[in-house]
Amino acid sequence: MTGDSAASAPGGSGSRPGRPVGRATAGARFRRLFEGGLLQGGAKGSPVLRLFLRWMRRPLLPVMRLWRRNIQLRVVATTLLMSLGVVLLLGFVVIGQVRNGLLDAKVRASQSQATGGFAVAKQKADEAVGGTGGGTGAGTGAADGTSTPDGRQSQNVIQWMSDLVTSLASGGAGAFDVATLPVGDDSGGGRSPRGSGNVDPASSVPADLRERVNSGTTAAQSYTRIVYYNGKESQPALVIGKQVNDPNGRPYELYYLFPLTQEEKSLSLVKGTLATAGLFVVVLLGAIAWLVVRQVVTPVRMAAGIAERLSAGRLQERMKVTGEDDIARLGEAFNKMAQNLQVKIQQMEDLSRMQRRFVSDVSHELRTPLTTVRMAADVIHEAREDFDPVTARSAELLADQLDRFESLLADLLEISRFDAGAAALEAEPIDLREVVRRVVSGAEPLAERKGTRIRVVGDQQPVVAEADARRVERVLRNLVVNAVEHGDGKDVVVKLAAAGGAVAVAVRDYGVGLKPGEATRVFSRFWRADPARARTTGGTGLGLSIALEDARLHGGWLQAWGEPGGGSQFRLTLPRTADEPLRGSPIPLEPKDSRRNRGLDDAGLPRGGEEKRATVPVQHSGAQVPALPPRTSVAPGLATVTPAADPTALPGNGTGTRVVPRPAGGVRRPGDRTAESPAPDTNAARPDTAQPGDPTEPGEEFRGR
Amino acid sequence: MMSFMKGRVLVVDDDTALAEMLGIVLRGEGFEPSFVADGDKALAAFRESKPDLVLLDLMLPGRDGIEVCRLIRAESGVPIVMLTAKSDTVDVVVGLESGADDYIVKPFKPKELVARIRARLRRSEEPAPEQLTIGDLVIDVAGHSVKRDGQSIALTPLEFDLLVALARKPWQVFTREVLLEQVWGYRHAADTRLVNVHVQRLRSKVEKDPERPEIVVTVRGVGYKAGPS
Repeated sequence: MTGDSAASAPGGSGSRPGRPVGRATAGARFRRLFEGGLLQGGAKGSPVLRLFLRWMRRPLLPVMRLWRRNIQLRVVATTLLMSLGVVLLLGFVVIGQVRNGLLDAKVRASQSQATGGFAVAKQKADEAVGGTGGGTGAGTGAADGTSTPDGRQSQNVIQWMSDLVTSLASGGAGAFDVATLPVGDDSGGGRSPRGSGNVDPASSVPADLRERVNSGTTAAQSYTRIVYYNGKESQPALVIGKQVNDPNGRPYELYYLFPLTQEEKSLSLVKGTLATAGLFVVVLLGAIAWLVVRQVVTPVRMAAGIAERLSAGRLQERMKVTGEDDIARLGEAFNKMAQNLQVKIQQMEDLSRMQRRFVSDVSHELRTPLTTVRMAADVIHEAREDFDPVTARSAELLADQLDRFESLLADLLEISRFDAGAAALEAEPIDLREVVRRVVSGAEPLAERKGTRIRVVGDQQPVVAEADARRVERVLRNLVVNAVEHGDGKDVVVKLAAAGGAVAVAVRDYGVGLKPGEATRVFSRFWRADPARARTTGGTGLGLSIALEDARLHGGWLQAWGEPGGGSQFRLTLPRTADEPLRGSPIPLEPKDSRRNRGLDDAGLPRGGEEKRATVPVQHSGAQVPALPPRTSVAPGLATVTPAADPTALPGNGTGTRVVPRPAGGVRRPGDRTAESPAPDTNAARPDTAQPGDPTEPGEEFRGR
Repeated sequence: MMSFMKGRVLVVDDDTALAEMLGIVLRGEGFEPSFVADGDKALAAFRESKPDLVLLDLMLPGRDGIEVCRLIRAESGVPIVMLTAKSDTVDVVVGLESGADDYIVKPFKPKELVARIRARLRRSEEPAPEQLTIGDLVIDVAGHSVKRDGQSIALTPLEFDLLVALARKPWQVFTREVLLEQVWGYRHAADTRLVNVHVQRLRSKVEKDPERPEIVVTVRGVGYKAGPS
């Protein structure tokens, strides 16, 4: 922090104008990080930290991905690391043992050498003392040294010490050096440091050894580096020292220094050899691991590739099997599995074909006698006026019920065709307006009987989509007839729209509507809204199920919306081209004139609100289907108010429409067949106009392929 | 209506009950039915009875209906109406491609059947003398002949009707539904595959290159029209 602040000081800005600024901002950033993260608590700082971590991690991501995905890389890397560890450990052990072996011999030799030396030094000192006492004159200088006064005596000891060092060192012939050091600061009397062979005794002998030497009378040893006066490179050495007395009986320290140059050379040779060998071993182990793993991984990868191709439907793919090892067994097992799969799939396909064949045959076998019965019944029916009333009525019932039987049979066969997957789409570009026109004109007689008017809205422009006209017409006929039958004689509005790669037809009625939850169930087979009503209206109970299958076959949606007493709306949405996935529908599922959309609360309305609803003024603007007008009040031109494609109705770009994820679990009824949805995106977010969470939400359904 | 009285209909069906019932209905409507139950004998019966129309069940013992249809078509342009229990794409299309003019799916109502038969026999009424051209073809409507450079081209009555319908209004694009109504006599929407298949058959006979039609031109998304003369 402070450093950063200093960097931003004006001092440095003269020479490099750019840098201080950068440093200053970096400093500011760090300060902010500190203040944000550390001073004000982690909550504020953590996003910054997280960002930082992410930024740090980004270049590593490909490597991490490779690491996760590539077993060969992982094995080789692990092998390298582990073998490196083993080699290092081994190296340390070996080097340690070699060093110990080398040193042990040296130390033993040195110790005996030093012990001898110490004895010689003692002996020489004793001799010097004895020579003075006995007057034998053996020690030339030393003899008269004792009798001389102190100054002379010291002189003698200085000479004696130099002689001692020289004579001791000469015995080693360069194999060792000898040094003396005074005990403590007592350097007087010739006991100043001296050494053979330019050895600097004070620097070469470690202090702790000197302490040990001075604390006892036995020899002590240590490792050290010899330092020379003449600039010779210092070298490792073993130093053995002992406190010895000089001829005056004053103690001094005598050290033997054995250079370990030879041993170190041997050791470094061993180290070098070991390192080279270790490196080779590691690299070779890595290579071996790579090779070995490759042997295993290659078949595994091959198996993975073939499994992928198998799952893509190429059932004849097999692994190549060579040898009898485990990999070969894997290959054999894999191939056996593939073989069994192929056989099973073949069986399933055969079964499906048989089923289809069976349905087809049953169809034929049933239909031929039914045709005869039908024709006979018609002939009888034609002639019923000649019969007595009972027989005549029987003839009528016979004919009617044969109609019903026929349509039931036809629907059953149609459904079983869907179940067997035998339904084929024959898509070609069609104008949905044509289809709607045909459907409406076909439903006209029924509408007239029910007193219903069918209005078509949004048919100014062509509404073209690639679709199977026969199926679309069947779906729409079903929706329109249902709307008329359940519309209580009120208007039925068929609305068309096209936008954004989709076309839609919505059929709106203002009848009894749907209770919450019923929008899901209307597509169930043989489901009836009202068991009491069902008897008066015809229909097999399979119509909407077939319509749903038809919509799915197109890759489209068939969805229902309804509110109790407020009518219902069924919306068919089809992709404009057959292979295009649907993203939204040009028409909102919940019509704009629904009770909620008109801002009317169910609870706030008196019970007779249904009739009043028609007179409630329309609160929305322009592109609004007029709210349930009484039949007489429908203006002829009203249809043109609504544009053909209402762009605001597309998800996400209009008021009142919201994009909500399609509920994954709640949509599918338990009774649904599991095979109904081969598309992988059934759980994908599907935009729609539903507004979940509303307690007054009417039953809504999201359905699709 | 008297022309219908003489309508001879050959019923090729192995189901005796249905054949008998068909007989009852057809007689009631003034047709003269004759029957054959075996696919192998169908052609002989056809040659012997020289019917004005053949009602042909697709599933037959011996030769199947498709084969019989092909054999009859090879030597005659007589209208053939298939009776089929299968409305599946393949069966119907194969039947139509083998030469049937129309099909009717079991179970059908007697009135429906009769209407279909009458529509196919309608053309036996006397047409007004009329000469039409379409592309490089010359059509003599009364003489029921189509000629290119003086060479006459053999068409079945249905194909002839289809060509005449297009040639009469060369400026108009016919949707499949309109053609179904004008040529096949369907008042309600029916299977547009009928049109597709017969346009293909017609093209294979009248076009120089059926892959690049010049006489019967497809108007994508709408239907067909006559090529420029």
